Order: sequence, then structure tokens, then C-alpha cells
Amino acid sequence: MLDHILSALQALTANKVRSALTMLGVIIGVLAVTLLVSVGDGARAYIDKTLSGIGTNLLIVQPGRRETRGLGGPPTGNISRPLTMDDVTALKRQGTLLRDVSPIVAGGGAVRFENRQRDSTVFGVGAGFSDLRNMHVDVGSFIREEDLTARRRVAVVGRTVAKALFGNDSPLGRTVRISDGRFRIVGILEKKGTSLGFDLDDLVFIPATTASDLFHQDFLSQILTAARNKAEVQQAILQIEEVLARRRNGENEVTVQSQDDLIGVLGTVTSAMTAALLAIASVSLLVGGIGIMNIMLVSVRERTREIGVRRALGATRHDILLQFLIEALVLATVGGLIGLGIGGGLIAAVNSAAPDVPLKLSPWIATIAFGASFAVGIASGVVPARRAAQLDPVDALRYE
Amino acid sequence: MAAPAFAPHAPEEHEALIEVSGLERTFMVGDEPLTVLRGVDFTIPRGAYVAIIGPSGSGKSTLMYQLGCLDTPSAGTVRLAGYDIGSLDDAELAALRNRFIGFVFQAFNLLPRTTAVDNVALPLRYAGVGLRERRRRAREALGRVALSHREDHTPERLSGGERQRVAIARAIVTEPALLLCDEPTGNLDQKVGREIVELFERLNDELGVTVIIVTHDPALARRVRRVIKIVDGRLVHDGPPTADL
Ligand SMILES: Nc1ncnc2c1ncn2[C@@H]1O[C@H](COP(=O)(O)OP(=O)(O)OP(=O)(O)O)[C@@H](O)[C@H]1O
Ligand SMILES: [Mg+2]
Repeated sequence: MLDHILSALQALTANKVRSALTMLGVIIGVLAVTLLVSVGDGARAYIDKTLSGIGTNLLIVQPGRRETRGLGGPPTGNISRPLTMDDVTALKRQGTLLRDVSPIVAGGGAVRFENRQRDSTVFGVGAGFSDLRNMHVDVGSFIREEDLTARRRVAVVGRTVAKALFGNDSPLGRTVRISDGRFRIVGILEKKGTSLGFDLDDLVFIPATTASDLFHQDFLSQILTAARNKAEVQQAILQIEEVLARRRNGENEVTVQSQDDLIGVLGTVTSAMTAALLAIASVSLLVGGIGIMNIMLVSVRERTREIGVRRALGATRHDILLQFLIEALVLATVGGLIGLGIGGGLIAAVNSAAPDVPLKLSPWIATIAFGASFAVGIASGVVPARRAAQLDPVDALRYE
Repeated sequence: MAAPAFAPHAPEEHEALIEVSGLERTFMVGDEPLTVLRGVDFTIPRGAYVAIIGPSGSGKSTLMYQLGCLDTPSAGTVRLAGYDIGSLDDAELAALRNRFIGFVFQAFNLLPRTTAVDNVALPLRYAGVGLRERRRRAREALGRVALSHREDHTPERLSGGERQRVAIARAIVTEPALLLCDEPTGNLDQKVGREIVELFERLNDELGVTVIIVTHDPALARRVRRVIKIVDGRLVHDGPPTADL
């Protein structure tokens, strides 16, 4: 066997340019597989990591009933009864399976200090939000429960907002204008960076009750809560629905999404994306394989005389078959390894140059890419090799 | 590769190396049958030195391929060292060629871009000989044709005469019982052709290898003790060279 591989290498190095050109197809194919699948894989790993980082066992309650759970905008259907602070209170009292409950009122608007201004996302939240969402202050304090009860005009700002309005000065205790209200800054959030394209430091939190006043909206956008532990997520969802239905004449008019649902939905999206990328890449690998087959067929024709001579010297049909099959296999796998090497090198370079870009070369991609080039070698080698083996030795020798 | 499963016995046991009787070979050209050999009979003993002559298209090469186990009869029999080649399968024929026969062609037929040593070693690969031993025996064979100084040259860097000597080294490297040469001097000038013929005579003499040469060259034919002449697929002369060759 080693002998066959050695003589295949000999035959291939005897015609370097053609071998290189043939390999190019496979190199590009495997490179495409490696890079595209790495993109898909990296995206999934990134989304997984990000979604797990936003909290633990989170549950999001949205108004309106939607039968299928999953990703999407606010549930459609008739929102007969919106979510209110009373719902939050009820969940806090009766939600024995819940860790904490926080109202969310989403708004937006210019945040101004003196002549500086920043358009940030403003959220009305409860005290529990900080722990639920893993967003803590590192200076001052977060919104407290009594801020909600007293409808205080206090705000917690993210780093980006602080920087934009106050430069290097401490914003603590300063007063900013949000919409048409004046808010005293009581806390600054620790740095979070961007996630899924959102700047988590470009946020302003105010008490949910104050937000309702400010935005003239007396219902909540969402209620954020979390199950006490992973095993109880499903029961917690049922409990939330129960508690809220009791306040709605027994009607279930809310939709509860869990963090796992979210991860699951995005997971299927990224898996589908990875599969699509793999399919695209496979086409280029297929083209590479057809290239090998073509060149091997030409090679068999060109080397007809050589085949006749080898047969005269004692080669069996089987020897000839193996010879050409192994040549195709060597071309394909060497091409595959080169493609994999270039791909791995590129990914490593991107990873070290731009660590934020979610690109990841996992072993399974390498295995698949190599296996695929091996398969391409066999598939594209069989037809030419069989043709070579079927040649009649005399015809091959007489071939001009 | 393992040694061929089919291990032919040594040819010594058979006085006659080649026995041809009633040999016919018919090709289908389109729907038309074309009979090229029309009943040829002869016997060649071990160690003989024979020339086959005849006009172009008379069937000399076709006969050579039969003797060389590259083709099988349409009718009649060809026996090589006692084996009826018509009854053997592909692998068995390949083993016979590898074990008993060395071919020398008009066009040399060396592998391009492959060194002389590797060209000569090629038949040993199909005999299942290991790489080191192959190289060693290939160098030895190149020594026999006085080409030791060209071992690492590729055919592109050799003269016609040198190429044919490499091809002869390749033919004798397996120590065959029979050398089949199809117009071996056809592509060479007279002087070099003469050297090649002398080389065959020496190999026949020293190694006792049976040599059969197909040739158009009357001078060559006159040097041999036995001439077989084929005309239109029939044997018309078998004996010492005559003046009207
Ligand atoms: N495979 C084949 N199919 C059809 N016809 C063939 C085949 N092989 C040989 N022939 C025909 O048989 C005849 C004899 O061919 P062959 O090559 O044996 O002649 P030759 O005596 O060697 O001639 P030359 O001296 O020119 O080499 C020719 O007419 C040739 O066309
Ligand atoms: Mg001929």
C-alpha cells in the first residue's frame, strides 16, 4: 500500500502543474467548507454564550396570547387586558416558584445634560431587574423598591451615556433631563460591552412607575422574572399563567417565554444557517471533485500507452485500478489538507486580530472537511480508474 | 502488493519454451471479421535466438502479443512453458508476463520524468519485490547494459540508444526466460542499432535467455540462425536465413 502511495506521489510530482491545478479545486472547496461552517458554528456559539450570559432561567411575560412559543415581536391577537403593576405585585406575592419579579416599561428619548444630549434607550424597571438581568451598578445604587412606590425621579445610567454627557466627570448626584422630566443620577452601571449588536452601556434605567408617568403609558411592556431553578421552569410558567388568569376572570391572556425557548429558537436558526452554508460549500467541493475526475480522465487517455506498458510488465487490471484510484485519492486528500491548513490559518489569524468576530474552527469541521475530500477522491477516482483498468493491453500499447 | 497469487513453475521443466499450433487471431472491425493470423505453427526451444520478419501488416506484432501473453488466440493454442495461455485469466496472464517475459519496444516506452533506475525497477514492483531490493537489482541490470553512469537520468536526458538500453535493462531485470523485441532498432540509426543487436546476442549467450526479435532489417535477420517469415498471416518460412529475405 505504501508502495502504491509512493508511486502515486511519483506520478503526481512528474506533472506538478497539472496536479496543482487539479488540487486547486479541492483546496478551494475544502477552504469554503471550513470557513463557511466556521462562520455558522461561531455564530451559534456566540449566540449561545450571549443568551446564557443575560441571566439564569429567565421568564418573560408578555401581554396577549400566542399559541406557539418562540421568537418574535409582541404577541398578536387581541390584547384585551394589558399588564400592570398590580400583576407584578400579585406575582411577587403568589409566585412561590419565582425568584424575583420586575416590571419593564420600554421607552426612549433624549437624555440631556446642559447642552449635551444622547439618544439612549430608557427602561422603566423594578429593583429586581438588576439581579435578574445580571446588570449591576459599580458606583452608587440601582433603582430601589421605594423609588417605585414614591415614583421618584432617579436614574441609573450606563457607561456610554455617562461618558457622552459628563466626559470624565462623575455623573453621580447630577441631574439630567429625560424627555420632559428631571432625573437625579443615583448609580452607574458596570461596563457590559455590546451583545448581539446592542450597546449594553447605552442604557438608562428609571423606576417603572416613574416611566409610566413620563411616557404617559399606564401599562407595562413586559414583566421579567425567573424560575428558582432549572427543573421548575415549566411549573413556574404554569404558575405565572395561573396567577395572572385569576386576575382576568380565568382567561389566559399572557404569553410566557423562557430563556431556553429563546436559545432554542435562535439555535435552530443558526443550525439552519450552518446547514445552508455547508450546502453551499459542498457545491464548491463537488465542483472540485468533478475537476479531479476530468483531469483523471484526461490523464488516463494521455497515459494509455503507459498503461499498456505497465500491463506488459506484469500489472494486473487490479494494479492499474488501484494506481489511478490512489492518485485521485492523494490529489484530493492533499488538496483537502492544504485547504484545511489555509482555512485554519485564516481563522486563527482572524481570531487573534479580531477576537470579537465569532469564527470558530471546531474539530468536527476539520474531520468533515477532511472526510469529504477523501470521499471526493474516491468518487472522482472510480470512473477514471475503472476506465484505465478496463483497457485492453494490446489496444493500450498500439494507442498513438 | 503481495506477490501474485498465481506462481508459475519454472520453465526449465519444458524443453520447448513456446509451442504454437493452429494459431488464428480474428478481430472484429465494425461488423466485419478480420483474420490476421491464419493458422500458424512453430516451436521455439529454450535459449533460441529467432528473428520474425515479414511485410508491414502481415501480423508480426499480433503474433508477438500472443507470445507475450498480452492477447489470446481466437483459435488454436499458444503454450508458454507448458501453459495454455488461452485458459488463463487476467491475473494469471499478468503473472506469466511478469515472471517469464521481458518486452522491448520500438518506441522504448519508458515512463517520462522517471529516473532510469526507477524505470528499470518497475516490473519488480508487480512481482512484489521490496523497494530496496528493487533498486539494487535495477542498478545491477543497468550495469549489464553498461549504463551505470546514467542511473539517475530521466529518459528526456538520454539518447535514443541509451533509452533502448534502459528499456532492455527493464526487460531483463526480472531474469525472464524470454525477451520479446518488436522492431527494437526501428527508431535507431544503423550504428546504434548494431550495438543493440550485439547486446541481445550477448544476453542470449551469457544469460541463456530466449530472444525473439521482430525486424524489418535484413542485415539483422542475416545474423540469426533461425528466421520465421510471416506473410499475410501465414508462416511462409521457418529456418536459417535465405538470400531472398
Ligand atoms: N486490435 C485490432 N483490431 C483490428 N485490426 C487489427 C488489430 N490489431 C491489428 N490489426 C490489423 O492486423 C493487421 C496486422 O497488424 P500487425 O500490427 O500485427 O502488423 P505487423 O506485421 O506488425 O506490421 P508492421 O510491420 O507495420 O508493424 C493490420 O492490418 C492491422 O490493421
Ligand atoms: Mg508491428
